[in-house]
Amino acid sequence: MFAYTIRRLATLVPVLLGMTFIVFMMIRAIPGNPAQLILGQQATQEAIEGLTRRLGLDQPWYTQFFAYIKGLITGDLGVSLKTNVPISEEIWPYLAATMELAFIAMIIAIVVGVNAGIISAWFQNSWFDYSAMVLALIGVSMPIFWLGLMEQYVFSIQLDLLPTTGRDNIRVPVDPITHLYLIDTLIQGRFDQFTEVIRHLILPGVALGTIPMAIIARMTRSSMLEVMRSDYIRTARAKGMKMFWVVYKHSLKNAMIPVVTVIGLQTGLLLGGAILTETIFGWPGIGTYIYDAISFRDYPVIQSGILVVATIFVLINLLVDLLYAAIDPRIKFK
Amino acid sequence: MKKSLLTLFALMLALSLALAGCSSGGDSSKGGDDDKVDPNNVMIYGRGGDSVALDPAVVTDGESFIVTEQIYEPLVNYGKDNTDIVEGLAKKWEVSEDGLTYTFELEEGVKFHDGEKFNADAVIKNFERWAKSKDEEKFYYYKSMFGGFEGDEGHVIESIKADGEYKVVFKLKRPQAPFLKNIAMSPFAIASPKSLDGDKLSKEPVGTGPFKFKSWKPNDTIVLEKNADYWVKDLPKLDGVTFKVIKDNSSRLNALTKGEIDLMDGLNPSDMKKVQDNGKLQLFERPSMNVGYLGFNVEKAPFDKKEVRQAISHLIDKQAIIDNFFEGTAEPAKNPMPPSINGYNDSIQDREYDEAKAKELLAKAGVPDGFKMDLWAMPVARPYMPNGQKVAEAIQANLAKVGIEANIVTFEWGAYLEKTRNGEAPVFMLGWTGDNGDADNFLYTLLDKDNIGSNNYSRYTNEEVHKLLLEAQSTPDEDTRAELYKKAQEIIHEDAPWVPLVHSKPQLAGASKIKGFVPHPTGSQSFGDTSFE
Amino acid sequence: MSEQLAKSTPPLVPQHVPAPVEDKVISPWKEAWRNFKKNKIALVGLSIVSFFIILAIFADLVAPYHYRDGNLADKHISPSAEHWFGTDEFGRDILSRIIYGARISLWVGFFSVAGSVIIGSLLGIIAGYYGKWIDGIISRIFDILLAFPSILLAIAVVSVLGPSLKNALIAIAIINIPTFGRLLRSRVLSVKEEEYITAARAIGMSDFRILIHHILPNSLAPIIVQGTLAIAAAIIEAAALGFLGMGAQPPTPEWGKMLADSKDFIIQAPWTVLFPGLAIMLTVLGFNLMGDGLRDALDPRMKS
Repeated sequence: MFAYTIRRLATLVPVLLGMTFIVFMMIRAIPGNPAQLILGQQATQEAIEGLTRRLGLDQPWYTQFFAYIKGLITGDLGVSLKTNVPISEEIWPYLAATMELAFIAMIIAIVVGVNAGIISAWFQNSWFDYSAMVLALIGVSMPIFWLGLMEQYVFSIQLDLLPTTGRDNIRVPVDPITHLYLIDTLIQGRFDQFTEVIRHLILPGVALGTIPMAIIARMTRSSMLEVMRSDYIRTARAKGMKMFWVVYKHSLKNAMIPVVTVIGLQTGLLLGGAILTETIFGWPGIGTYIYDAISFRDYPVIQSGILVVATIFVLINLLVDLLYAAIDPRIKFK
Repeated sequence: MKKSLLTLFALMLALSLALAGCSSGGDSSKGGDDDKVDPNNVMIYGRGGDSVALDPAVVTDGESFIVTEQIYEPLVNYGKDNTDIVEGLAKKWEVSEDGLTYTFELEEGVKFHDGEKFNADAVIKNFERWAKSKDEEKFYYYKSMFGGFEGDEGHVIESIKADGEYKVVFKLKRPQAPFLKNIAMSPFAIASPKSLDGDKLSKEPVGTGPFKFKSWKPNDTIVLEKNADYWVKDLPKLDGVTFKVIKDNSSRLNALTKGEIDLMDGLNPSDMKKVQDNGKLQLFERPSMNVGYLGFNVEKAPFDKKEVRQAISHLIDKQAIIDNFFEGTAEPAKNPMPPSINGYNDSIQDREYDEAKAKELLAKAGVPDGFKMDLWAMPVARPYMPNGQKVAEAIQANLAKVGIEANIVTFEWGAYLEKTRNGEAPVFMLGWTGDNGDADNFLYTLLDKDNIGSNNYSRYTNEEVHKLLLEAQSTPDEDTRAELYKKAQEIIHEDAPWVPLVHSKPQLAGASKIKGFVPHPTGSQSFGDTSFE
Repeated sequence: MSEQLAKSTPPLVPQHVPAPVEDKVISPWKEAWRNFKKNKIALVGLSIVSFFIILAIFADLVAPYHYRDGNLADKHISPSAEHWFGTDEFGRDILSRIIYGARISLWVGFFSVAGSVIIGSLLGIIAGYYGKWIDGIISRIFDILLAFPSILLAIAVVSVLGPSLKNALIAIAIINIPTFGRLLRSRVLSVKEEEYITAARAIGMSDFRILIHHILPNSLAPIIVQGTLAIAAAIIEAAALGFLGMGAQPPTPEWGKMLADSKDFIIQAPWTVLFPGLAIMLTVLGFNLMGDGLRDALDPRMKS
């Protein structure tokens, strides 16, 4: 397995390099000069030309590309055109914000999805089963940007239960240490802030978690049904409700496979979905970071932002493949 | 382990749901060992975008100026709600007869946030930093307002000298009518001489203003706190100002309604009624110093024909646009500059909405049955045009009535400006917010042939207008200048390179406890005397 | 994917009836239809999809108003007998705009997927059939495309091409190419070594004919299943791009754009946000249900 891991890691290099190249060529094909955006509407032509030169954007593309790759090798992600800050310094808070959101979304998806799946299978064809599965079907078809708007309308505007935007209470802002606010507030012992952070996480977390939740519920249910066809469970079932807990415990292990699969499949969707969710909930995450960079033609940020996201994405996929082997002994690697 | 993890997650979920129930009650400031800062006396200002940098000399965007205006101060200030000149760090000034010498007498005992003394030397160091840099990308406004850098032909400032510790003398090469107005602009505020090396100022601003910089979470918040040693007695009244980015206009209003923020800009006109009906909120109106317009590329057929441009002017129902997309909070525009600026020509008769007249003009231009055209609309909200796309849709509908089929085109904002500047757009929506309240900053900047390829997006050329505008630039007498500008506006009206659409009055909303806040026409103002009731 | 369907009985081939010769080609499809019909949920999906297709085709007849027609004076009328779904800020009838919008969403869904299927299949077949370095290159391209979060890639593509419906369609087609490419590649790889292909080659059949006669028919079922599900995804992606202002331009009644335009009015006029969202969800649901049903009916091996 070690050799397999190494081999997989090695194949990632050309993929990421190729991707870097594609992104590089693509963003240079985007119309609009970053110098214009940096200087604003009032800028003169000379100023724009001057800045273009200073940013090195008048160099041939291959010079720029190799300069970028050379930087990458030394761990230099480039400098943001907009803020003038090295990207390696400024990217972490955004990444942390998205990770926290994705984590909560996944927790919600797993807790609700796995349980709904197990219960549905246990009470197959009951009203619970039907409604859970109909909800799951609707869930996988959900445009999450719409769901987010509807959540805001109901829970924030109409019922006034939860905040609409941001990560923390602006009046009592979190002092960032790790930029994972759940951890920061706990370290500082600020439980008032911790609850605020949780309250801010709920609506976007649910929006982002809906699709994985629905998929996990459906997959858990079907794998459970297979388990339940086995003889010993049938006997257990006959013995009544008490056995539910036995089966429940047993099913959790079975549910791990769909869950891991979904984590693998959905990380990309989650990272992509994060752009929409973050837009709606004013979440200062990596999705908005890259999206804003595209609007601003902040080439280095687009370039390195996408690279970082894609790297995380392919690494998670690798991890998922390895986890399969750990969970399911039937799977072996050549 | 797996189970215990799951239990933990379930607990967290249950906890969070419980929390959702008990919405944020008391303002828990128990961790507040911060010295004397009362979180309830900190104003939270919600806005649509983050600042680019906090060195006002190197930025051009309003979101930066609105913050630097709190931290730094210029020698002279604008009036609270106009662009008349009042004292700032200079308590008095004198202008020589010939308009070539300006002597400023400075406030004494003023200290920068880092403890440095404010004096003539500090002023000179700041101006030298700009003038000697010759870096037009960096100090863009310096070059554009003072005609270049040290040694340049057009540079208007000949020398700056100290006369004693608290007196500065500016000598000009030739009279510049709006010189004081230029000095008062946000970019020319004075920073601590100790902080001028390198690029430190952009991230760690040090000025003399009512608030000190505390922290900046990019794309999220900028926190300023009270400058306890502020030189103006009893100011500031607030303990701090926090600038919070909430991109979406309606989310920002939600946050305001829920008390998460205290003041916001960029209110959607359609939300005004919501604010008026809410007893806890109040509306603020920014006086107009802008113009939103529909421009024609006068080099492109059929818009090279004056009649076509005039015909389209007759097809735009400005009042309907204002009623529906500005909720009445704008004035119809008939000139390329707002009425509040000296030199505005009020005797011009606007072209009224008139389909018959338009048809007649189209026939005269040889296109009686209309034509197809691209109508470019900006993709983003601008102060002069909160919703360009929708106004374009309304214009599209009106043009269709005479057979002009308009296809709405849009690009990202940067690409939009660049392509329009290059003359790619045949008909486009754009606008301008004045920098210093001077007519030159509208007419010359936007419609003189010198600025084709720059801010003259219409590529409009008229020798006579050019001559008038140049003459006005070096005429020190305000009344004579006004006459020159009025004449220029007549010619422009006849040529119709634009259809001036509106002078908008951008709306702000705030908690009703806010007192003493007056929105300034330039778009940024100090919160020094703003307070909570 | 759907367990409801997974349970449905595996196709029983009637053993005692000798199959007529020409039936050999038709029978699997007939059989699939029989399986499909048994599946209630799939039928619900089919009805939803058919309903929207009919709406789209006959929009001119069905819609009470034209999608462009509106009077500023009629803005934000709440749902009533005259305007079932209310009006938007231009006073346009939302129901009519949703009906016309069905055209756009289905159009983008079908054609973007058709584009991905054609290009993806072509690349997949070339990679699978010729193998070696060609396969290496093409497979790496698929890997690279799959390494992007898809919506991000779509946004980048639209940024390059400029925001319009057509470009959104192209972007969505591009992001789905690897799905079909990989599918065809693996199909080709598994079919290539079968005896009858070797035989075909032995009798001198050209690559092209082998492709047309053997490989494509064998791959049709999974393409249809994947295609149906991909249409669902494409509709959501198009709406997402529209929502971000990177898709259809006004006054096109694209559902995602309608949402984006009306989200500022969610308090005064919640119906302007509610109905376009419901329309997106229903259509996507329809295609998802149908795709699930097709999967079970056409290709029981693909069940997960």
